Amino acid sequence: MNLVIVDYKAGNVQSVQFALERLGVQATLSADFETIQSADKVIFPGVGEASSAMAQLRSRNLDKLLPTLKQPFFGVCLGMQLLCQHSDEGDTDMLGIIPLPVKRFQTDLKVPHMGWNQLEQLQTPLFAGIAEGEYAYYVHSFYVPLSEYTIAQTSYPEPFSAALQFKNFYAAQFHPEKSGPAGSQILKNFLAL
Amino acid sequence: MLTKRIIPCLDIKDGRTVKGIRFENIRDAGDPVELAKWYAGQGADELVFLDITATNEERKTFAELVRDIARHIDIPFTVGGGISSVADVEVLLQAGADKVSINSAAIRHPQLVEDLAKRFGSQCVTVAIDTKHTDATGWKVYTRAGTVETEHATVDWSKRVVDLGAGEILLTSMNNDGTKAGFALDITGEVARAVTVPVVASGGAGNKQHFADVFLQAQADAALAASLFHFRELEIPDLKHFLKNQGVDVRI
Repeated sequence: MNLVIVDYKAGNVQSVQFALERLGVQATLSADFETIQSADKVIFPGVGEASSAMAQLRSRNLDKLLPTLKQPFFGVCLGMQLLCQHSDEGDTDMLGIIPLPVKRFQTDLKVPHMGWNQLEQLQTPLFAGIAEGEYAYYVHSFYVPLSEYTIAQTSYPEPFSAALQFKNFYAAQFHPEKSGPAGSQILKNFLAL
Repeated sequence: MLTKRIIPCLDIKDGRTVKGIRFENIRDAGDPVELAKWYAGQGADELVFLDITATNEERKTFAELVRDIARHIDIPFTVGGGISSVADVEVLLQAGADKVSINSAAIRHPQLVEDLAKRFGSQCVTVAIDTKHTDATGWKVYTRAGTVETEHATVDWSKRVVDLGAGEILLTSMNNDGTKAGFALDITGEVARAVTVPVVASGGAGNKQHFADVFLQAQADAALAASLFHFRELEIPDLKHFLKNQGVDVRI
């Protein structure tokens, strides 16, 4: 399989690549249009701050390319938020692929939402073999509300989108690459889509 | 429900774990990668690796080790020890660390916390605070491996680093560290209530009840221990079942 990780100097690229290696899959890191377009599947990682990530994408013209992709695509953490319309973080216009907002947690609980929390209401083959209530690792201060594109949810304290699907674009707010065997299974499920 | 985190801490010197660890079922318990994999399998929620070596040459070795750890374990980990610049952090994050912990450098140069948060995001910036209580001073922040008292009161300093962009506080009570008499519930609770970010309690764990106390009484978000786990005086699965029965949300 020709698997490409979008390379725009995101923080967790290495961890995602290692997680795929543990599944026996070698992924190519690239920002090159042709390489990404010809991939069977594309993974879009991300940690850090929204406006600087968007600036990195724009500087490589990836903001033009990514919305045109047709193959199975998987945005992880900030990679999920970047697919949305707009983020409260730095009042940033995102890629606008999924028509949803990204909001800051307004809660008395600690922010960032950091640690292991449960996945509920699991839908789509992305979660094949994953039990309701399985734990995943999160670290984020912004979230995507529930919507018709939500395919898994987590509560902190209100339910929010743990994962999304919009056409060929899948996305997870948690870190499958850091979520133990369950996370590996979710990555494996994406590779099997 | 977000669960409370249990975090074993591994001290690293010359690429090896230190503190005479006894594990019969690990091929090489001095190998940080082997030990990390074992802890991940036991249900540790995160790991902390502290580089206790000093020279720049040794620090390069540490970055290689971080890469090796990231390659092999599938839970998050924090690295710390001697980090003093944005460049140091970039190397460690690129090697695959999820978070870095800074301590003395934040005291010397508080701007570093802000620079790191802006560059990499608050979520990967843990500020480690070593604190000690005396009747004369109250809880004060100490630096240089706990050898030098600073002018900072602990709660004030915690709030300040969070304002600068810290995404987590790792609070070690020097009064409690090594005593096995329990965590410092008073200062941990004060800090946990004073800041908006998660607080990791460290220093003093001696039994299961101490973990329940720090979670239920002091509202810590995570608890860290080293020798207690390394010497297998406490096994993580036992600890987590005990905590669950005490009403603490844990990942089992």
